[in-house]
Amino acid sequence: MISAQLPILQVLLPLLAAPLCAILRGRALPHALSVGTVLLSLLVTVGLLIRVESTGTISYAIGGWPPPIGIEYRVDQLSVIVLLIIQGVAAAVLVGGGASIVREIEATRAPLFYALFLLNLTGLTGMVLTGDLFNLFVFLEISSLSTYVLVALGTDRRALLAAYQYLVIGTVGATFYVIGVGLLYMMTGTLNMADLADRVAGVEESTTIRTAFAFMIIGIGVKLGMMPVHFWLPNAYARAPSVVSAFLAATSTKVAVYIMLRVVFEIFGVPMFLATHLSEIIIGLGILAMVVASVTAIFQDDVKRLLAYSSLAQIGYILFAFGLATEPGVTASVLHLFNHGLMKGALFLALAAVALRAGRTRRTDLDGLGQAMPLTMLGFTLAGLSLIGVPGTVGFISKWYLLEAAFDRDGFIIAAIILGSSLLAILYVWPLVERAYFRKRDPALPPVEEAPLPMLIGIWLLVGANLLFGVWPDLATGLAERSALLLLGGAR
Amino acid sequence: MDFPGLFNYWVVMVLMMIGLYIVISDRNLVKKIVGLNIFQVSVFVFYITMGKVDGGTAPIIGEGIEVYSNPLPHVLILTAIVVGIATTALALALLVRIQDEFGSVDEDAIQKLESRQ
Repeated sequence: MISAQLPILQVLLPLLAAPLCAILRGRALPHALSVGTVLLSLLVTVGLLIRVESTGTISYAIGGWPPPIGIEYRVDQLSVIVLLIIQGVAAAVLVGGGASIVREIEATRAPLFYALFLLNLTGLTGMVLTGDLFNLFVFLEISSLSTYVLVALGTDRRALLAAYQYLVIGTVGATFYVIGVGLLYMMTGTLNMADLADRVAGVEESTTIRTAFAFMIIGIGVKLGMMPVHFWLPNAYARAPSVVSAFLAATSTKVAVYIMLRVVFEIFGVPMFLATHLSEIIIGLGILAMVVASVTAIFQDDVKRLLAYSSLAQIGYILFAFGLATEPGVTASVLHLFNHGLMKGALFLALAAVALRAGRTRRTDLDGLGQAMPLTMLGFTLAGLSLIGVPGTVGFISKWYLLEAAFDRDGFIIAAIILGSSLLAILYVWPLVERAYFRKRDPALPPVEEAPLPMLIGIWLLVGANLLFGVWPDLATGLAERSALLLLGGAR
Repeated sequence: MDFPGLFNYWVVMVLMMIGLYIVISDRNLVKKIVGLNIFQVSVFVFYITMGKVDGGTAPIIGEGIEVYSNPLPHVLILTAIVVGIATTALALALLVRIQDEFGSVDEDAIQKLESRQ
């Protein structure tokens, strides 16, 4: 009985827990409630995974109104792999982040912080589940509005500016998306994605549909940090509270990529994607991001900002593979989306531990931490190796599939750029590791100790996932391959 | 369609461009929010126009009502208006905090303050 209601439970759990958190007082109760909620949500996701793997795509009609009149929630392999990363990282970050939240968020604001975190989770989850374009916009705004506030809660006063900048550009992006949805509705009279896919087929040559396509791509592009409209991202990630950075970096851009995949391949279809030359544009922007963002990352002093630029570069990989619009390409794109979430979640959470113990996250603050915080820095190093793409980690699996996708289209030059960009990753990751292990901490600074146990558990859950899916990639690659089949061979 | 038929869409485009231009060009952070609002309002007008059927009335079941406007875009845009209000409220709250912390809501003044440090 309950298993039929899993899709709606996935959204309702955090949505109902959020206001409860807001009315609780103190730190302990809201923390316990939200940790309980995310763990339960993760169980629901696993339930959905099992059901999708055994029975295929689930369609859930909200309130019993059948689609396309009512709002439909659709769960398939692609939704499940994105849900896994969102819920998994949310659980690891909340379980591990308690001490960091105590340090960075004032006691009076703590309950509201947890409420916002859960609302953000609701928004992201809803965006993944819904099969209705306008419902998606509502969830997008739920997650965006809570993100703006979460970013503004950062300890640095420049966090306010970062939040403001993100709010303005994010709202423009979301409004572009709504314009696109409106134009699509004008031509087809439906908002249901599956229904749209059928009806767009008849009118795809019209200017209105093309315009809708352009508006939606740019709107979503803003949200996912596509290269020319990415400038909000480094500020937001670098100045948000450490725990929030960890969660956002691992999830929010990934969900935007997911929306892009759905919109492009399910609604508009591959022929239109190729005919409008968007394929070449996206590949170009992806390659631009791989190179430019990686080089920028090398010169950053703040490690949080460095990782934010690295995120932009990794989104470049995802976009490039996505732009190929071939089966190996989309597989690599989905797989890297999942793997990158694991890497960045682990790296940012380890950095939250550094911020907690050493006070700041500049390069020099890492000096000698290899001795002072051995477990944290080992986790950081392993996740860093995964980012570079060393065998035995998820990064290697990603790179393997990305290269395969490039060779599939005879893209030898692109393959060379991917490898070159990995070398750039060594240039920005390795100096950090070197500082942690081969330098002495400035004796004038107060000594640091190992991160608290819950935090280590959180970090090592994510690092462990990096290693586990690195040596046993079947679950992730299987889901990614079937997602690509669904997207490319599905509706049309 | 003749000119009056597309009149609303012209207004939408003009408003949209005015709003977007203010968001991009104005250095005053409060005025940027005003621009953002104009931009969003243009989309509201767009949706409302889209649902209107020539000669149609409100979609109520009753005697003599045969042609009626499509209510769905109107309902959708109610949601978007609420979202817009929430965004504006949040932006203004952020600006109050920015004014407290930096003593200004002018982008140039804040940048000067930041670069001096």
